[in-house]
This record gives sequence, structure tokens and C-alpha cells, in this order.
Amino acid sequence: MRRFSWFNATSLTLGFAFLYLPMIILVIYSFNESRLVTVWAGFSTKWYGELAQNDAFLDAAWVTIQVAFWSSTIATVLGTMAAYVLVRGGRFFGRTLFSGMVYAPLVMPEVITGLSLLLFFIAVNLDRGIVTIVLAHTTFSMCYVSVVVSSRLVSFDKSLEEAALDLGCSPFDAFRSVTLPIIAPSVIAGWLLAFTLSLDDLVIASFASGPSSTTLPIKIFSAVRLGVTPEINALSTIMIGLVTVGVVTASLVIKRNVARAEAEARAAAG
Amino acid sequence: MRRLFLIAVPYLWLLALFLVPFAIVLRISFSDIALAIPPYTPTLDTSEGVWAGIRDLVSQFDFENYEFLTGDDLYWKAYLSSLQIAALSTFFTLLVGFPIAYGMARAPQEWRATLMMLIILPFWTSFLIRVYAWIGILGTEGYLNQLLLSLGLIDAALTILNTQIAVYIGIVYTYLPFMVLPIYAALERMDESLLEAAEDLGCSRTSAFWLVTVPLAKNGVIAGCFLVFIPALGEFVIPSLLGGSDTLMIGKVLWEEFFSNRDWPVASTVAVILLLILIIPIILFQRNEQRLREEEDA
Repeated sequence: MRRFSWFNATSLTLGFAFLYLPMIILVIYSFNESRLVTVWAGFSTKWYGELAQNDAFLDAAWVTIQVAFWSSTIATVLGTMAAYVLVRGGRFFGRTLFSGMVYAPLVMPEVITGLSLLLFFIAVNLDRGIVTIVLAHTTFSMCYVSVVVSSRLVSFDKSLEEAALDLGCSPFDAFRSVTLPIIAPSVIAGWLLAFTLSLDDLVIASFASGPSSTTLPIKIFSAVRLGVTPEINALSTIMIGLVTVGVVTASLVIKRNVARAEAEARAAAG
Repeated sequence: MRRLFLIAVPYLWLLALFLVPFAIVLRISFSDIALAIPPYTPTLDTSEGVWAGIRDLVSQFDFENYEFLTGDDLYWKAYLSSLQIAALSTFFTLLVGFPIAYGMARAPQEWRATLMMLIILPFWTSFLIRVYAWIGILGTEGYLNQLLLSLGLIDAALTILNTQIAVYIGIVYTYLPFMVLPIYAALERMDESLLEAAEDLGCSRTSAFWLVTVPLAKNGVIAGCFLVFIPALGEFVIPSLLGGSDTLMIGKVLWEEFFSNRDWPVASTVAVILLLILIIPIILFQRNEQRLREEEDA
């Protein structure tokens, strides 16, 4: 069995300390009694209480969750369609343009995406609000979903679909009963990715939002510009906590499913 | 019929919400600023028929904004300093990321999944919060200065926040997973008996590293560098939260032209030029990816 060499152990320890210490400090100081965030004055949860009373943050959080839910759901449908078309669709008119448009938003600077969408919303006279943020977020996250789903579609055996078709399935039934179950984990992963991207986005939401629809990142950004506050530390801690629980749970579930599928495959083979 | 529907829906969505908006940016970058809402001279005028409108539009194109941008030092400096900051921070990310990726690839098998998870987890955490965490650390009365002062390593607090150093730290910190993952993927595939063979043939460990490991990790390193450089170039959040007023980055300039100066034509021109600059690294990156895929297939 292999062990860590001292060099590797050191570089990993330093590396992970660099990645995690800033967030750990943030979490610790969210429980600080004092308003002076850099001076420790004893343990307290009062900033969480203040946060719960802060209507502006709560409203923004509600807007953010609605936007994230709708945009990630629409993006998952569109992104899965796009992935299917790109991997299985064969040749069609304008395919190069289509694949270009699917990949371009991944490398496009957010300021450009945001600016262009805002100018578009103004040109078509669409009032800015939750709807425009959902449209904007759907557009860039469907591309992420499509990348995640198409990597799964590429690796799975096309003959399974063909077998279903030979046995009399309609193309739609074949997709629903053969393809979808196989790509389901990547569709779910794509949805989760789209959801967190939307929760997290500041730049595009700033361009796409109107005065009546402020998302949490926009709220945090304007508060943070004035410096560190204990309320923001508390809010950050809640968000870090939720993400950690979500990601760890999701990966444990996926790991268990993979292990079960492998066990079934072994049992079937034996 | 169904196939047509499957193609048409995402296709039309992207046409309407990606390509058309970009065409509007391009159009506005050729128009004049006006004191109106929207604050630029009108776009397509179709009152005398669509084609007359388009002819008019083309004849109205002026390169005033582009001339303005190339004539003004501010924009040149912003583009150059964005390129410099993005390039240097990519290099620093490589310096920090390579040892981590190397350590992960050489870790005992049963540890690797956990280490991988630990690298990916910050990526799921809010970008804004990860940048924000550094404000408290780097400030004049921040945790870093407190620590260094109490250890007696420095006599007076260092000014790090609101300087370019803070921007470098912010970029390295937030984009580190993008560097580590492709290098790890390349190193993990590597056959370690190659190293043993090199040592058996008389290589020292250091020269075996440079002659065997580095060339095999090359593709991962290139992919990682592009994945950091491309988004870093248009970065807005990091320079505006950690950088000072002297930190010029083009994403920030675009934001200010749009939101503070309300000069939409100039903001659009800044966007078009930024995209022209980005096209080169993006094409190089795509080529690299394609080559990797072909090598894998072969």
C-alpha cells in the first residue's frame, strides 16, 4: 500500500489550508459578539438573529431562490435537448453555428453576456424583473447543462437505443425508457450546477434585474463594498453550510448508486 | 417532426438570447451617445421598408467610438493591465496548483476521491463569498496583519487590500480548482513505471521529473492555464472588491462606463474589443482540446 511522501503531504496540507482557511475564519467570526469583525469578543449567535429580521435580505433570498429554481429547470430541459441534438442529432443545417452557440457562453466574460442581454431586453421592450433574470440565467446555464449531459451521452452505448427501436419502441419511448434513465445522474448534476450558478451570479443578474427585483448576490455585493460586516459573515456561513451539506449528500447518493449498479452488474454476470 | 422540434427549441432560444443580443451590442458600438432613454441614437429604422432601413443603418456606421477608445490612454492601459494581471495570476495559479495536483495524483488510492471532493467543494461555494472572505484577511487591521504583527515579523501593518497583490491573491484563490483538476487528470493517467525506468536508466529524481512527468502533464497544464486565463481577463468582481482605484481591469471599466457614466455606445465598444482579444486564446484552447480528444481516440 502506498503512503504519502513528506513532500506530497506538505504540498497538500498547504494547498488545502490555503483553500479552506479563509472560509473557516469567516465561519468562526460569524459567531463573534463584537461588531468589529476583526476583534474577537466572545461567542454569540446574535448576528444570525439580526439577519432573520433583515427583510431586505430575506426578500432578496426569496427572489434568488425563485430565479434559481426556474432558470435551472428550464435550462436542464433546453440543455438536455441541445446535448441530445449535438451528440445524436446527426447533421442538420446550421449545426456548426449551433454548437458554437452552445459552447461560446462558457467562455464569454460575464460583463459581455450581461451587457448584451440587457441591451436586448431594452430593444424588445421587456420590463426588467424576475422574468428577465430567469431568461438570462437560463441562457448561460443551459450551456453548462449541455456540456455535462453530452459527456455522458458520448460515453454510453448507442446500441441500447437501437435495440429498443428494433424491439418496436417509438423514438420518444426509447428516449424515455432507455436513454433518460442512463443519463439521469448527469441531468441531475446539470440541474444542480445550473441551480448553484444561478444562486451565485452577480454580474449577469446586475444587468438583467430591475429596481424591484434584487437578488442576494446583488444585495451582498453592495453591502460588501462598504466593508466586512458580521451579518454578511453570518449569511455567508449559512450559504457555505447549505452548499457543503448539499454537495456531500449528492456525492454520497451518487456513490451509493454507482456501487449498487456495479453490484447488480456483477450479480448478473455471475 | 419531433427531431425538428428537438433541434428548433434550443436553437431558437440561443439565437434569440445569445446571438441577437450580441448583434445589438455590435450595432450600438457603432452609434453615438444621446441624451435619451435608451441613451444612444436609434437602431434600425424600418419606416421606409426593411431594406431601406438596413441600407441606412450601414451608411450610418461610424467608427467614432473605436477611434475614441484607441485614442484614449485609459482604455489601452486597461486592456494591457488586464492582460498582464490575467497572465501573471495564471502563472501564480500554476505555481500553487501544480504541487497540489501532483500530491493528489501520488496520494494513496483510497484518498483520491476525498481529495478530489475537497478541491471541487469550494467551486460550488459562492464565488462572491470566497472573494469577500479575503477582505477581512488582507485589510490593514485584518487577520493576516494581526498575525504577522503579533509574531513580530513586521513592525507596521502592510497595505495589501486595494492593491494589485490582493487581486492576484483573489484570482489564484478562486480559480485554483480550474488549474488543479486538468493537471490532476493528466498526472493520474501517467504510468509510474516510466519514472522507475528513467531512474533505472540513471536519471536523478529531479531530471526524471523534468524529463518524464512534466512533458506528460503538459496537456493538463495548458488546459488549466487557459481555463484560468480566459475568465480572469474579463473579471469584474475580484478587481472591484479587492483591487484599489489604481487597479485597471477591463471588466471593471466596462461596468463603470455602463452603470456610472451611462455611456452605452462606449461600453459596447469596450465589450467588442474585449471579445476580439479573447478570440485568440479561445481558439487556441479549442484546438488544444480537440488535439487531446484525437490523441485519446488514437
